[in-house]
Amino acid sequence: MAFKLNVNGKVLEADVDPDTPLLWTLRDSLGITGPKYGCGIGACGACTVHIDGKPTRSCVYPVSAVGAAKVTTIEAMADHPIGKKVQAAWMDLDVAQCGYCQPGQIMAATALLAAKPKPTDADIDQAMTNICRCATYTRIRAAIKQASGQPVKA
Amino acid sequence: MTLELTGASRRELLKASVVGGGLVLSFSIAAKSEAAETAGAQALNAYVRVAPNGIVTIMAKNPEIGQGVKTSLPMMIAEELDVAWENVRIEQADNDPKLFTRQFAGGSLATPMNFDDLRRVGAVARAMLVNAAAVAWNCPAGECKTAAGQVIHVATGRKASYGSLAGQCAGVAAPDPKTVTLKDPKTYKIIGKSTPQYDTRKIVTGQPLFGIDVRVPGMLYATYEKAPVFGAKVASANLDAARAVKGVKKVFVVDGGTRLDGLLPGVAVVADSWWAARKGRNALQTKWADHPTSTQSTAGFDKRAAELAAGAPQTSLRKDGDVDAALKGAAKTVEAAYSYPFLAHAPMEPQNTTASFKNGKMEIWAPSQNPEPGRQLVASTLGIKADDITVHMTRCGGGFGRRLSNDYMVEAAWIAREAGAPVKLLWTREDDMHHDFYRPAGYHHFKGGVDAAGNVVAWQNHFVTFGEGEKVAASAGMGGTEFPARFVANCRIDQSTMPLGVPTGPMRAPGSNAIAFVNQSFIDELAHAANADPLAFRMKLLGEAPMVGTGPSGYNAGRMKGVLAAVEKMSGWADRSKLPAGTAMGVAFHYSHAGYFAEVVQATVAKTGGVKVDKVWVAADVGRQIVNPAGALNQVQGAALEGLSHALYQKITIENGAAKQSNFADYPLLKMAAAPPVEVKFVITDYPPTGLGEPALPPVIPALCNAIFAATGKRIRSLPIDTKQLAT
Ligand code: FES
Ligand code: FES
Repeated sequence: MAFKLNVNGKVLEADVDPDTPLLWTLRDSLGITGPKYGCGIGACGACTVHIDGKPTRSCVYPVSAVGAAKVTTIEAMADHPIGKKVQAAWMDLDVAQCGYCQPGQIMAATALLAAKPKPTDADIDQAMTNICRCATYTRIRAAIKQASGQPVKA
Repeated sequence: MTLELTGASRRELLKASVVGGGLVLSFSIAAKSEAAETAGAQALNAYVRVAPNGIVTIMAKNPEIGQGVKTSLPMMIAEELDVAWENVRIEQADNDPKLFTRQFAGGSLATPMNFDDLRRVGAVARAMLVNAAAVAWNCPAGECKTAAGQVIHVATGRKASYGSLAGQCAGVAAPDPKTVTLKDPKTYKIIGKSTPQYDTRKIVTGQPLFGIDVRVPGMLYATYEKAPVFGAKVASANLDAARAVKGVKKVFVVDGGTRLDGLLPGVAVVADSWWAARKGRNALQTKWADHPTSTQSTAGFDKRAAELAAGAPQTSLRKDGDVDAALKGAAKTVEAAYSYPFLAHAPMEPQNTTASFKNGKMEIWAPSQNPEPGRQLVASTLGIKADDITVHMTRCGGGFGRRLSNDYMVEAAWIAREAGAPVKLLWTREDDMHHDFYRPAGYHHFKGGVDAAGNVVAWQNHFVTFGEGEKVAASAGMGGTEFPARFVANCRIDQSTMPLGVPTGPMRAPGSNAIAFVNQSFIDELAHAANADPLAFRMKLLGEAPMVGTGPSGYNAGRMKGVLAAVEKMSGWADRSKLPAGTAMGVAFHYSHAGYFAEVVQATVAKTGGVKVDKVWVAADVGRQIVNPAGALNQVQGAALEGLSHALYQKITIENGAAKQSNFADYPLLKMAAAPPVEVKFVITDYPPTGLGEPALPPVIPALCNAIFAATGKRIRSLPIDTKQLAT
């Protein structure tokens, strides 16, 4: 079945079964590989994209449910007013180890800052539920603080 | 958009990704095209190319699994080459042991194995550039120096850029790497300076770097179903039902072999998308043949371990003095049984490989920590000459030891040849949990004694592990020199084994990640029996001799005391009695991978039994030089937090011969809300630099368990920590 999707500001067409998760539509049909596969059950957040600005785990989101909503992926974060600050903080603090979870972390962090421009530690604990197997949590927290203009503890 | 691949394949992929459709990505902060920047580059040796504009390309020889070697190993070359880091571009090498010697990620060995050799590679290339300038200027090379990518004639101030000289290096003399002069470390400009990972921009912009991101023209997608019981054969499968699923192209049974780290029996489903392949797989309803290990279980192992522990040990690992007499004469004795479970590595990127077989040649793109044995495995399994197999190394979404095995690589190669098309094989997370080379479970039965002065006078451990007779399963052994062996005069370490059908293998700090837990916890029990401060008790146990043993098994007690003293100070150990009720500190240390680590954990135990780790302090001694301090800090913090995941959450249970847990829902990992701050201090000592991806992990587990004891009086003797037992 053909679906017209609004991804990163462009309308793209994908011919997939309606039950295909958005993640696999993006990765395999549209060649947008920034969103990553980690678990396929909504447990890790590696596949996080924004759907109309809301952080969404695309591995459990069927393509048929997207409709006319705006899908934004890590590939468009450099053009996002908050996303680019988050990316800059991530680079500045060199957050990543293997880096595999980081696109999802950045999508989650950008959505957090869009909702709460100055998040507290408790806000970060609550919003950042993505898994980092390399456990770069110390730097993820610091980068969120830095991107939001708050003092950073090393 | 580029993939970090080299040569023809890289160009092919670039083309492929442009025609791939949907690539609407424009990066306002994207890096400049590396290909344009490095045009016309001259190779000085296998590692170094210099372009006329002075941009230097350095090959990263080893697999990058998140430990930072794609940056830190080229830093060693760049330092001695004497170039400005911003003019360095890094390219991932293919697997090519003839050019790059051993290329693997394991044992925290990248720094110790390469620190000298790669600096010499850089120094030789620098000398060639100097010699080329000397020829051009008709002066002795000794009159020239270098700085930031230029050769300078000292007396006249005349300068020539490396870019202008590289083309003239072909005929000039290259010094012997063994005798080439190296810089005084005091003058280092790159080594020892915090340097962001080379790929950091690509990572944060989501560019395709990983094995899972590889796309080649005409590529199909594959999934591979194997038996839950390791090595069981296919009894029946509804191949036609799978073939009827839309998008499915090929479905076939693979006979496979019996080697657990090779190609095992299974059913391959190849389709035009991975989702279609999975739907096909769901239709298979595969039945598996009986297998002799299908009766094995964790419950059975526990029972057998208790029986073995009660009997006479099968093997002696160490016998010093007279343990029985010492126990009889001790002021206090303690007896305790410890155990820990199997663990899965669960690297964030599930196993995958892309393979293409054309005209008798196999091309492979794989996130492997150990590509050369993978190439040999593909060669022997498929009957292809190793020389006809190329392995490109992609960035790995974590490794932790899992990707030292190449089972996914040989599966992809087999399926690609059988399918007659390039194939990307991708495992599900469930496949990954069910087909790991697990950290082996283990059982330790201790007896120990202290005298009235608080000295350990007896130490006995009957270790029950897996194997046949004296031969233990992979990563399931223990050396006879693990601390406190050699520090206690009466010491007996014995071993018994039971058979295992579950594949095991190294996981970050193999052996140590379990042994530190049991040994440092039981030492704590002895400290409390002696009514001693657990840190001072350990200091005393480390003794007065600075060095115990020699060679690879030598233990530098002086270095360990150094980090123990450092962590005591950092953590405010002396003031811990001021902590509120329910909050306490625990300490532990461990030596592994040539690194000395001492750690303190502060934890709070709630009335409900819930454990919150408040803070971790780490003191580390890995010698005289930290190559990339920011990267090193990230590694140590990550290792300590990973240890907390082991302690608090993780176990793989074997039932009916198979792993029960299947995904992050039943095999949880630490998340942000539970991640405490980790404060790290590197204690610099005058020893050769060693690695630190692994040795930071082991001590945190017993340090936490010892903190819980200090807070509650309840001793954790098996992992993961059962918080129900801590409720008051
Ligand atoms: S892959 Fe979607 S949440 Fe893990
Ligand atoms: S950086 Fe490796 S999983 Fe997060």
